[in-house]
Formats: sequence, structure tokens, C-alpha cells
Amino acid sequence: MTIENLISQLDMYVILVSAFLVFFMHAGFSMVEIGFTQSKNALNILLKNFLTISVGTISYFAVGFSIMYGTSFSGIAGFDNLFMIGNYESIGDFLFDAVFAATSATIISGAVAERIKLSSYLAIVVFMSVIIYPVAGHWMWSDDGWLVKLGFIDYAGSTVVHSVGAWGAVVAVYFLGARIGKYDGNRIKAIPGHNLPLGALGVFILWFGWFGFNTGSALAFAIDEMIHVAVTTLLSGSAGVIGAAIFTLIKYKKVDASLTFNGALAGLVGITAGPNVISPIGAIIVGLIAGVLLVVAVSFIDRSLKLDDPVGAIAVHGVNGVWGTIAVGLFSVETGLFYGGGFSQLIAQIIGVIAVLVWVIAAMSIFILLLKSITSIRISPEAEIQGLDFSEHGSTAYSNNLSSLGLGLADRLNIISKSGKTNSI
Amino acid sequence: MKKIEAIIRTEQFSELHKELLNVGINGLTVSEVAGYGSQKGMTGIYRGNIYDVTLLPKIKVELVVSDKDYNSIIAIIKDTCSTGKAGDGKIFVYPLENVIRIRTGDEGMEAI
Repeated sequence: MTIENLISQLDMYVILVSAFLVFFMHAGFSMVEIGFTQSKNALNILLKNFLTISVGTISYFAVGFSIMYGTSFSGIAGFDNLFMIGNYESIGDFLFDAVFAATSATIISGAVAERIKLSSYLAIVVFMSVIIYPVAGHWMWSDDGWLVKLGFIDYAGSTVVHSVGAWGAVVAVYFLGARIGKYDGNRIKAIPGHNLPLGALGVFILWFGWFGFNTGSALAFAIDEMIHVAVTTLLSGSAGVIGAAIFTLIKYKKVDASLTFNGALAGLVGITAGPNVISPIGAIIVGLIAGVLLVVAVSFIDRSLKLDDPVGAIAVHGVNGVWGTIAVGLFSVETGLFYGGGFSQLIAQIIGVIAVLVWVIAAMSIFILLLKSITSIRISPEAEIQGLDFSEHGSTAYSNNLSSLGLGLADRLNIISKSGKTNSI
Repeated sequence: MKKIEAIIRTEQFSELHKELLNVGINGLTVSEVAGYGSQKGMTGIYRGNIYDVTLLPKIKVELVVSDKDYNSIIAIIKDTCSTGKAGDGKIFVYPLENVIRIRTGDEGMEAI
């Protein structure tokens, strides 16, 4: 084996292991979404997450990858080698990118939780992984993308993955409407999550997976770069937690638990566009701002825009996706404004942010309007009140938890009374 | 004085609570209960097996009102808790002999 051969195998090994870590982030997304929502919808959320990674990766395999990395039509999109046929040498790149595509799609899952019809959600996942994400990705990550040519930088996907998912979520939530009881005239009701420890575990899993998400984006066995990226990822996530904790203390007079957990994700999304070009100290500043932005954005989206996003996905991935992308134009030690790089990087970043915003909002609006003209994208009010677990799936996450208030008397008595009564269909 | 005991759908409680607060009912007791009436049970499915759910979760709301307020409170409960389908629940009304506030020793309507 030659040295070159060994290096290229090590490059691929980095991609492989990083892809596994990103895959595991789907466990994190599932737990965050379950923890931050009501117990009566936990099974439905698990099903959505299992089907997202499955349907998302297969659709991306079939069509998405060829649109993203196929021969470019003037930097807009590609389209060849469907099902990777004739493109077997890129199969490792496919693996890494497929788990990213599914991540982008699954961001929507949390925002639309507790009221979307499973079939409509899956249609959105397919559209995300086949059209929306690959086209945006082609602009920013393929060699011929028009934003790449403009000098736009997004190392691991603050915009490519996170903003794309979040803008999709904005459109989906807008057309779907809020959960029943969330907005009553001018009054805004809190619908507390049923298991914050599970949500917190989800955040830790996401953070862990994020090391693969960011370091793997070196796409090579570049150990110095990977160490720098891992350090900035750690520091920015930490600063996000601190920023959110301190800011909730100032704003609400108490350190808010679930917003502080979200703060970690905000810091992580914030550093994702430039973990390789932002210094460790820069990463701390980016993360602190991300944590504060998160708290401001959650409240603004919930109270002013009246977009009901149970897990804060739009604030975490959308608002901080924008912040992270713009932060490259400010904090990049090579081209950032604060390091004497002038405005050109910043302007390229802003153009990228706006272009992706317009693309995703427009394409997703057309798709959801089409979907709505065929079918209702929302479950019935009765099913929503009873909980999707029982009404849609005939079963419950926590052994017969029929009561929306928790594991109540009826649940316990039914567990006793049903023994010996199960019968086969 | 009358004691009202209403067995209602769990999901109707928050609206009933809001309406009762609006008319100045400033104390009540709520419990989770299970039972059955004319509403049929439900059938669930787990790993391909169907199972019966015979006892349904309900909320029991207990409150005490003066004879004067009685009719309007019953009207509110009927109004907010009715969906028109089997399973809306029932209201039980009892004459009440006395109420005593433990802290002050107040009795009767004073103690409500």
C-alpha cells in the first residue's frame, strides 16, 4: 500500500466515523422533541424520527445526491447518476451527506410536532431530501455552485443544513397553525414538555454528535484542522449555554432550564459555519451571542409571530443558522471584518443567507399549498386532544397513558383490567 | 348551599376552569378519576394485538355554591363541557349541611 493510498483511506475513515456520529444525532433530535412535548404524542414523534432518517436517506440516495453533486447546470443544480448508478466512487461522500440531508429534514419534525398528519410530514421529508436541501446544497457545497463562486463559506452547514431545515419549518408551521389551546385571543398558553430530563439527554446526544458533524466536515484526515474545529465546537456550545442561562436570569429573573438546554444547540449552530476559521476566543463570543439570540428569538417567534414551535427549532436552527453564517464574515481570522478582511466576505455571507431564505420559503410554500389542495395536512381536533399516540397509532408510549394529564388512575386500572383480555385480530 | 360534583372530559377542564374563574368561583377541588357510563370503551392496538380499554379517564370537579348561584353555575358546566357526544359526563348535586374553614373556624357561606 502506498502512502497516498493510505491517506485516502484515512480520509474516508474520518468521513465514515463522522457519519456515524451525525447519524446518532437523530437519537438526540428524537429525545429533545419527546421531552419538550406532551406525553400523549411521544410515540408519534418517535415514528416521525425513525421514518425521517429512513425515508430521508433513501430519497436522498435515489435523487437528492445527484441534484446536489451532479453535473451542474450553471451553478443551480445537477441531475445525473440517479440511485448513484455510475457514480459508485462517491458512495462515501453520499453516506456523510445523506445523514446531513436527514438532519435538515428532521429539524421540521420538532416544529410541527403534536398536530401534523404523519403522511403529510413524510411528503415534506421527501421534498426536503429530494429538492430543497440538494438545491441549496448545490449552491453552497458543490464545486460549481453559484454561491461558492461568490466566495460564500459554510463549513459544516449553519445555512446549508440548519437554516434550510428551519425555513422549511417556518412555512410548515405557518400553514399548519398552532396546537389547540396554544393561543387564546391575546393570551399565550405554555404547553410544558412532559420530560425535560429526556430533552436534556437529547441535547447532550446532539452535542456529542456535533463533534462529528463539524470535524467530519474537514472531509479529510486533517488532524490539526479537526482539533481546532472540535475546540471551537466545544467552546461555542458552552458559551451558548452560559449566554442563555445568564440572559434568562436577567429577562425572567430565573435561569430557565429548557431554554438553557436550547442554548447549547444555539451555540453549536452558531459555530457550524466557521469552526475552522474562527479562533477559540471568537468561538466563545459567537456562542454567547447565539445563546442570547436564542432566548430573544424563542420569545419573539412564540409571542409576536405566533408561530407555535414546541421545541424552539426555528430559533435554534434558523435564527442562529443566520447568525453563524454571518459570524464567518465578522470573525473569520482569514477574511472576517474584525480581522481586517474587509466587507467582501460579510457581503457574500449575507447574500447566501438571503438567497437560501427566499429559495426555501418559496419552494416549500408552493409544495405545502399543493399538499393542502389534495389533503388536510393536520389531524382532526379530536385526535389532537386525545393525543396522536392513541388516536393515530392505537397505542401509547407509557403503558396506556390515556390521560392527557399524565399516568393517571384510569391508566393504572386499565393496565390491571386488561390483563388476559388481549385478543388477536 | 349545594355541593356540585361534575364528572367531565379531561380536555374540557381548562375551559370550565376559565369560565368559573370569570364568575368568581375562587375555590374548587379536582381529581383524576376513571369510570364508565353510556360512552363505549375504546380499542387499542399493540404489536398487532387489539386490547380493550373499558375504563376511561375523566376529571371530577367538586365545588360548593350558594343556592342563589347554583343555577348559573350548572349552566356554565353544561355549556362548557358539552360536546354533544356520549362521554360528556354527569353532574351530581347534593344539599350541603355545613362548611368550616379550619384556619378561622368560619362556617357556612363565610367559609367558601
